[in-house]
Order: sequence, then structure tokens, then C-alpha cells
Amino acid sequence: MAATQAEADIHLDGVSKRFGDMTAVDDLTMSIPRGSFFAMLGPSGCGKTTTLRMIGGFEDPSEGKVFLGGSEVTQLPPYKRDVNTVFQSYALFPHLSVERNVAFGLERKKVGKAEALKRANEALELVQLGHLGKRKPAQLSGGQQQRVALARALVNRPRALLLDEPLGALDLRLRKQLQIELKRIQQDVGITFVHVTHDQEEAMSMADTIAVMNGGRIEQAGSATELYERPRTAFVANFLGISNLIEAKVTGDQRVATHDGVALHAPECAGLIGDVQIGVRPEKITLILDGEPVPDGSNVLRGKILVAAFLGVSIQYVIQAAGGEELTVFAQNTDGTEAFGAGREVQLVWKPEHTFVVQRG
Amino acid sequence: MTIEAPPAAGRAVEEEIAAPPGRGGSSRDRLRHGALAVWSALALLYLFIPIFIVVLFSFNDNQGRFNFTWQGFTLRHWTDPFADPDLARALVNSVEIALISMAIATALGTFMAMALVRYRSRGRSAIDFFVFMPLASPEVVLGASLLAMFLTLNINTGFVTIVIAHVMFTVSYVVVTVKARLEGMDRHIEEAAMDLGASEWTAFRKVTLPMIFPGVAAAAMLSAAISFDDYVITAFNAGQTQTFPLFIFGATRQGVPAEVNVLATMLLVVVLILMGLNVMVQRRLARRDRAAQPA
Ligand SMILES: Nc1ncnc2c1ncn2[C@@H]1O[C@H](COP(=O)(O)OP(=O)(O)O)[C@@H](O)[C@H]1O
Ligand SMILES: [Mg+2]
Repeated sequence: MAATQAEADIHLDGVSKRFGDMTAVDDLTMSIPRGSFFAMLGPSGCGKTTTLRMIGGFEDPSEGKVFLGGSEVTQLPPYKRDVNTVFQSYALFPHLSVERNVAFGLERKKVGKAEALKRANEALELVQLGHLGKRKPAQLSGGQQQRVALARALVNRPRALLLDEPLGALDLRLRKQLQIELKRIQQDVGITFVHVTHDQEEAMSMADTIAVMNGGRIEQAGSATELYERPRTAFVANFLGISNLIEAKVTGDQRVATHDGVALHAPECAGLIGDVQIGVRPEKITLILDGEPVPDGSNVLRGKILVAAFLGVSIQYVIQAAGGEELTVFAQNTDGTEAFGAGREVQLVWKPEHTFVVQRG
Repeated sequence: MTIEAPPAAGRAVEEEIAAPPGRGGSSRDRLRHGALAVWSALALLYLFIPIFIVVLFSFNDNQGRFNFTWQGFTLRHWTDPFADPDLARALVNSVEIALISMAIATALGTFMAMALVRYRSRGRSAIDFFVFMPLASPEVVLGASLLAMFLTLNINTGFVTIVIAHVMFTVSYVVVTVKARLEGMDRHIEEAAMDLGASEWTAFRKVTLPMIFPGVAAAAMLSAAISFDDYVITAFNAGQTQTFPLFIFGATRQGVPAEVNVLATMLLVVVLILMGLNVMVQRRLARRDRAAQPA
């Protein structure tokens, strides 16, 4: 623990936040390594903003401690913490010009006015707004205001940058463009980014590490691949991508049986007992017509095609499994053959290592 | 004179104008439109005739102590409006009291509004109630109870007690005005200032105050105007001190010197200029705020 704490830029130790009898953040412990792009992902109301505000110093934790770079800051006000925030509403100062907005933090650090303005304009160059320094925030578009907010925070070279749904108010195209730009800037400046979002695609495309939050707790943290391929809870499985979840029981070492009695091989079920759910991602499943042979050692379920939708790059099937659940299958359109029609009886086939198992919660 | 009158007039006229249907249209529409214009003009006339008469009679060549009938044009009263030393003294007192109580009430009221909006405390609704009370209770009651308090505390009434009394009831106007402004402000902006290294005080000075300034300025002007204008509460707590309204009221018992009209006219012009400035500043800032909403 002590070691991780020293390496970690940001460390939360058993942090809770209650508003009245409502618990917004529940006994959260996490470490964010230096220089990483860390995303906090979760549905609206799960406590992401509150967590970020406790790191920034805008909320006092009800319990627990906050560390920045190894030293405790739980009781320090925001202006004594070496982190900067990009607010979702941007929170630009409407009465100051763009460059004065960006220079604000430097002026507080007693950097001379000329020097502060010079660095502010450099920061504006970094976000490609070098030519707009003299304008007032109200004269900029939403995307430009967002970049000013980013420059205003970055120019201070903080230990970490906290971004609360920074792209949430922008339209899809601008969002995609700024995602790439944010990632580039983070790599250029090497500052730790803590990025809060409810958009799983955004989190997966940008972050080194994603913490999936639900109900004030972290359900699972890891790389996008880890979370996608080996989700540990049904919530994570459903929140990232599409999952096919089936009720099952652990029957032995690496073996499970579905609720309708089909025996399956599940190498990932170590440590789990009793009632579980097994899952498999739609693109991992191959469809083979009933009666035709399947590769040795595969997991197999039987079902009937309800819907087959041709999407060009792939074919999306909705299949009613023998056990009753509706499963989704993506078949890559690699050889251009006709899709199986609705009503066909098929076998759903996948490799055992693509099976993930979550405890039934 | 009543400084609140023009805004009230504006409101009345706006309500009248809000009614008419779209321009153009049938002759019946046009007729209705015309009738409305006449009606509005009459309403304005009703509101402005007293003011007009005050101005007019400052040029009245009156003989004797009264200034109620038109006796010919003269600039006589305008040559030395401060001739009556008591009148001049009363005016200076009123201006001083207005400025001092404005400064105190504006500072106090602004911080009270900040506290009420920013910090949720258990006593908040009680404080809200006490802030609102001076606005709702009759001036006679306020004046009398303040006097009772000063007597109980053995404080001699005079300049200081007038200021205390004026601060007490103008502060409510300041709190209400500034609070409205603060509630319309994104509180993340203040947090952003602190996030960037500004202490609470610096954040207030550099960010909050400039942003709520229109509200504060309006509140300051309003409290100065109310203070200057007040008769009832002042009368209870003035002791031997004369203010402009007290002087006029006293003077009407022996006759009204035309100098009162002259001073009133001068004040009217000053107040009109102030109000014009206020409207201009508010408009500009309103435009800035509107545009500041993120797209
Ligand atoms: N100041 C507050 N007072 C009361 N409840 C709050 C406050 N701030 C947040 N909450 C509640 O805490 C929960 C978590 O909120 P938040 O951290 O904003 O979630 P998220 O950012 O993930 O959407 C929500 O249910 C919200 O209503
Ligand atoms: Mg949020």
C-alpha cells in the first residue's frame, strides 16, 4: 500500500461522501499512477463528479483521505492543491478576455503580467486558439470555449488535470475530434488526466485505465481490453459493449452448467461458486447450422434465429436460445455469403476462453 | 420627491403595451392601437404632471412665502439656491446620510447575500424572513420601534441614529437585489477561480464582484435613493438633525421657499442621469451575460 501510494499521483483511501442520508460515494479506494490517462466511467448519478470534486477540494469527504503525490490534502482548500479542473460548464470568467482567463492561474502564482500573458498565448496555441486571445468568452463557440477551459487549466502545469465530462456539451463530430486532440495533448504534456465520462466509447478510446463506477463504488478498474474481455460484474459486462448473459451454476473446476442444463467450459470461473452468470461477446460467437459438426472443445448452445439484419460489414442476429434468453451475434461478413434466414435452427459456437463468468448479484 | 416613481411608470406602460396584437391588421386593430396610445399618454401625463409642476414653479416669480400660484417667469431662485443656510445644511446632511448609509448597507448587504446564497445553514429561512421584514412592515412601526430602542439604550438621536436606521432598512433592498444576481450566477465560476489558485477573498474580488457588479450598483443606487427620500423613519430618529425631506415638511408649514423647487429640480436631473447610466450599464452587462451561456 505504501509503495503504490508513493508512485500514485492521486490516491483515495476509503473515501465516502454522504449528502444527508444519501451516499454519493461509498468507501472508495483507488490509485491513479503518474502520467496516466485515467477515465472514470459510469452512469449519471453514480458519484463521478462528487469523487472529482473531492480530489479538487470542492467537497469535504465524509470519511477517508485524499493524497496528491504522496502527501495528504484532505483538509486543504482548492487553491492549495496542485490540480486543476476543467468544468463541464467550462466556467470561464465572462468579464475577462480569453487570454486573461488563461493567465488567471499564473497571475495568482505571482508570475509577472507580461510573462503570464506570453505563456497564456502559448497555451492557447497548444489548443489552436492563438488568434482569439483578445475575444471575450461569449464570442466563442462551445468547442472553442471548451479549449479555452483546457488551456486555462493546462497553462499552470498542474500535477493532474481533472476533467468532468469535458466533451459532454458538444455535438458528436466535435466530440470525436476533441477526443483525439485531448489524447494528443495529454501525451505531449505528460500530465495525469482524470477524465470523467458516461460515454463508454470515449473512455475506451482515450484512457489507459478505466474505473467503472456504479452506485458510488468502483465495480472494476483496468485497461479497456481487460474490462471488455474479462468483466468481473454483470454491470461492467453490460455497461461496456453488448453482453450475452446466461444464468448458470458452477459445477466443478472450470466447469459450469446453464440453467437449462447445458455443460460449458469456463476457464475464468476460478474462485466463483454457486449461482453465476456466464457471458460471451456477440462477435466471439460463430453460427453453425443445426446438425453440422462443430470444432472440438467448443462451447455450444442451441437456438433459433429471430432476426437477421445485414449491416454490410457484419450481420447482426438476434437468436432465441434453447434456454429462452435472447442472444446477440455479430457475424463478420468476410466471404459475402447469404445470411441465415429467420427461423433457422442454429448452434452458437465459441471458444471456452472467450467465456467470462460473473457472480450473480 | 419620489424617485421610485419613474420605474413604476415604466412598468405600468409596459403592461399596457404588452396587450396589443401584432401590428398592421384590420382598422379595428388600428383603432384599438390608437386608443391604447392615448391611454398610455394619459397615464404618463398623470405620473409626470407633479414633477413638471415642481420644475415649473422653480421659475415662478412668487411674492410672499407661498409658491402655489403662477405669478410670472424668473430666474431669481436659480441665482443662489443655497441662500437659506438651513436648507443648505439639510441638503448636505441628506447627501451625507445617503452616501454613508449606502456604503454601509451595500457592503453589509452584499456579504449577507453571499452568505445566504453560498452557505446552506439551518437558520437560513429564518434569516430570509428577517431580511424581508423591513420591506414588509410599515415605516411608522419601524421608525417608532427604532426610536424606542435608541431611548432604551440611552443613545441620543441625531445624525448617527439616522444612519443606523437607514442602513437597517436599506440593507434589505441590497440583500434582495444582490441575491437575485448571485442566484443567476454559475457557482462553478467561483470554484474555477479557487481552482486556479485564488483564495476566497481573491476569488470574490477578481471574479464574483465584477460579475455581480450590476446588481451591487443597482442596490447601491436604490439604497441611496431610498435613504435620501425617507421621511417617516427619519422623523422618529432625527433628534435635532435636519434632513432635506424634514426641512421641506417643516417649511411647508410656514410657506415653501421656491429654492426647494430649484433643489428638487437639480436633484431630479441628477437622478435621471444616474438612472440613465444605470440602465445603460445593466443593458450592456445583460447582453454580455446572455451571450455567456454556453452553446
Ligand atoms: N450537493 C449535493 N447535495 C445533495 N446531493 C448531491 C449533491 N451533489 C451530488 N449529489 C447526489 O450524489 C449523487 C452522485 O452525484 P454525482 O457525483 O454528481 O454523479 P455523476 O457525476 O456520476 O452523475 C447523485 O445522486 C446526486 O444527486
Ligand atoms: Mg457528473
